[in-house]
Amino acid sequence: MTAPAKSAKKLKVATASLAGCFGCHMSLLDIDERLFDLLELVELDRSPLTDLKHCGPCDLGLLEGGLCNAENVHVLREFRRQCKTLVAVGACAITGGLPAQRNSLDVRECLQTVYLTGPSTTHARIPNDPELPLPLDRVHPLHDVVRIDYFLPGCPPSADAFWELITALIAGRTPALGHDRLRYD
Amino acid sequence: MTHGTFELDGREVPFSPGQTILQAALAASVYIPHLCYHPEFKPHGSCKVCTVKVNGRPMSSCTTPAQEGQQVESNTPEINEARRTLVQFLFVEGNHFCPSCEQSGRCTLQATGYALGMTNPQFNPLFPNRPVDASHPDILLDFNRCILCELCVRASGEVDGKSVFALSGRGITKHLIVNAESGKLGDTELSVGDKAVEVCPVGVILRKRKGFDEPIGRRRYDIAAIDEFAAAAPKGGTP
Repeated sequence: MTAPAKSAKKLKVATASLAGCFGCHMSLLDIDERLFDLLELVELDRSPLTDLKHCGPCDLGLLEGGLCNAENVHVLREFRRQCKTLVAVGACAITGGLPAQRNSLDVRECLQTVYLTGPSTTHARIPNDPELPLPLDRVHPLHDVVRIDYFLPGCPPSADAFWELITALIAGRTPALGHDRLRYD
Repeated sequence: MTHGTFELDGREVPFSPGQTILQAALAASVYIPHLCYHPEFKPHGSCKVCTVKVNGRPMSSCTTPAQEGQQVESNTPEINEARRTLVQFLFVEGNHFCPSCEQSGRCTLQATGYALGMTNPQFNPLFPNRPVDASHPDILLDFNRCILCELCVRASGEVDGKSVFALSGRGITKHLIVNAESGKLGDTELSVGDKAVEVCPVGVILRKRKGFDEPIGRRRYDIAAIDEFAAAAPKGGTP
């Protein structure tokens, strides 16, 4: 697959990992030498790769991970406000994923087990620094809170799936994930 | 013995006496998405994923008898959209976390989602609380993934002669139960070789110590899509 023709103005792209593991970002980097083609077409705004802390007006936002705490929701809303097109990337952003496996448990019991009564606990204390974002009672997928324009499933989505998504959106067409690229795991 | 033909998406499909539209389509190697249908069991008609339009009216193709001259629409954007919505309902009503499921890559629900181009669950997930039953020495029961197809109920009653499974409750509270006073699988007569174990299309009834035995890339639906299996099956054997 070839990259779309270079346009005069580079598209602005922001990425972030919410309650994710950065595995989706790693898979994006797996597009390998196509990264050079990509950087001809896009300019990164907020992203772990730029370390910018806030998102400016962008054409495309890629969000990995679900919503586990108040800060995740804050970042999601900032992305929705600033990005013309917002994509939920990976199983966690789309379904809540691994963190959502705690949804049948009570948050208080979770915190107590991890920080107070767990077998390896020393200096038992539930962290309460005011800078720490509060956990939500349940982990949510992104579309529970804001409108999402596209979804890229996979744990993680393959590099080829990322490439199809990004090149399609740059070219102004709907991404087409065939059998070899559409995966929920 | 051919009894007649009907038209499926513009193609003439032959049928023999007593065949349903779905059976005739699969026998002609035409895939119609379906979940609760299995060629070895009496059609159930509950999941509605196999819905087609027969002479303009939506019908379950697994329970509608094939008749001479029927005009059947199946692979249309409108019908596939409705099927995708049904599959999305199933995903949000249970806890279907594919990355941690032993059945991933060989799951009919997942493969049907792929075939329908489903990229997301669309609706808000319910995250029901359904503890697993690990009481049986050889079989794990994970209720989180149950789609209420009743294949295990039918297999256990009709083939195994044990009636281990049943559905209980109605509407959103409907759920799978096991036939033991304790309610535990370990107290039933279910054994690993039972048809009920083999027939589960999702990751509910799982043989212990078998999970992830096939590497990613070599699992059933890694190799080919579910519609390709249907097209390749000689006598419309189910994927």
